[in-house]
Amino acid sequence: MEPSVLQVSGLTKTFGNVTSVNGISFEIAKGEILGLLGANGAGKTTAINMVLGIVTPTEGRIEVFGKELMSSRIEILRRMNFCSTYTQLPGNLRVWQNLKIFGQIYRVKDLKRRIDEVLEMLEIAHLKNRVSGELSAGEGTRLNLCKALLNRPELLLLDEPTASLDPDIADKVRKVVKRIRDEEGATILYTSHNMRDVEEVCDRVAFMHKGKILYTGTAEETLHHFEEKSLEDVFIRVARGGEIKSNPAKEEKS
Amino acid sequence: MNFSTVRALVLRYLYLYTRTPIRMVELLFWPLVHLLVWGYLTQFLQQNVGDDFPHEITFLIGAVILWDILFRAQQGVAIFFLEDVWSRNLLNIFAAPVTNADYLGSTYVVGMMRATVTTVMLAVLSMLLYSFNVLSMSWALLPFVFNLLIFGWALGMVSTALIVRWGPAAESLAWAVPFFIQPFAAVYYPVEYLPTALQWVAKALPCSYIFEGMRDVLKTGEVNWGELGLATGLNFIYLAFAGVLFVRVMNTAREKGLLTKFSSQ
Repeated sequence: MEPSVLQVSGLTKTFGNVTSVNGISFEIAKGEILGLLGANGAGKTTAINMVLGIVTPTEGRIEVFGKELMSSRIEILRRMNFCSTYTQLPGNLRVWQNLKIFGQIYRVKDLKRRIDEVLEMLEIAHLKNRVSGELSAGEGTRLNLCKALLNRPELLLLDEPTASLDPDIADKVRKVVKRIRDEEGATILYTSHNMRDVEEVCDRVAFMHKGKILYTGTAEETLHHFEEKSLEDVFIRVARGGEIKSNPAKEEKS
Repeated sequence: MNFSTVRALVLRYLYLYTRTPIRMVELLFWPLVHLLVWGYLTQFLQQNVGDDFPHEITFLIGAVILWDILFRAQQGVAIFFLEDVWSRNLLNIFAAPVTNADYLGSTYVVGMMRATVTTVMLAVLSMLLYSFNVLSMSWALLPFVFNLLIFGWALGMVSTALIVRWGPAAESLAWAVPFFIQPFAAVYYPVEYLPTALQWVAKALPCSYIFEGMRDVLKTGEVNWGELGLATGLNFIYLAFAGVLFVRVMNTAREKGLLTKFSSQ
């Protein structure tokens, strides 16, 4: 089995009286795509922000590439990247200017060529000279993804990357995600509300509810565990009550 | 500090100004207004007030120029941070391999660039309009500028720390903080004209020694090196304090999740 690229143990985050993330533990092996699923407020984004080092955990430990995150933060961040639906690149700069700046920050070699590569990969090469603020929401999301891929990250965190995309572009993005895993061996933590994304892209899924991980497994294992027909049904059930033992409706029938 | 990271962050700022030249208005307009107001007031006083009024009244123009160095340096730090807030780019920066030192280093460079642009403009215009030569301060000008830059950076870090701590609603502090200290900084009048208690406040501010020093140089041609040394010492204390405050507030921001709130507001 491949060694863990990301190892999270007992991770907790409390803001005042509110516990956003409550003792979660998971790990992702090299080249694996783990989907972190859950309703709004389940704690997914807080968990990702802790892995990025922009939110300090109240308790627990995060190891990336075998190193403790906070003590080797800069070294680790150079080898990872992220794309979130909650961030944008400066809207008053041109697409290539934004990518050049982040390419330099991440010390990307042969930057000019890499910028062209990622723009081609996300099919927005024709927008290279456009002002970022004039892009559509979908184009902006793809630009964010270009930024996230610039440094060929070994660990990529994608927080709802297809949230504002039409089905056609979302499909292309899913293919890009799989491609960078297959071709570049990237390890990916992927959050989404779109179960189609998850079924198509993720090797395993972890369902979160009220800050806790209720279940982790492959899509098939998850369906079997929850005795549901689709991940969407599991998602709805978890979001509405977090019941994980078995399907109460089926229990009643039997 | 990593110089390629600093260069990238500064480059972003340069792109911002070249992409939207209207931003230069903010950099040039207000200093120009101040220069015109104080410049013509100086001319009026020179021509209409009796002989007992100090002949070196041109120090008001010098004060406008030197104050602007401090203000632009402070703005370089504080506005740099706000640019990321406004463009929802803050998380991209702080989730990237950028250390506090890289970030602050780039804000210092930007502050210095902003101060240079306005100082050169004001120096040229004050020469053309009022025959005031900023170079009449000779070599003393260098330590004056150096000290004002440092104090401006320190104030910028304090402003940014307060904005981080209190959130986007505190944005106006980016412009207000320098003006909190201006009445006590002896910019346009000597420290001795302040009430005794406020004179102690003035003496605790390194910039008050610079403005007093400027008036001395214009009046006597002499530099009070002792006071200049005191200003420099105080400046490094303020800079260290501001640096510690900035780092502590950033740590608190990470603990309380404040940085993520900036991107969701």
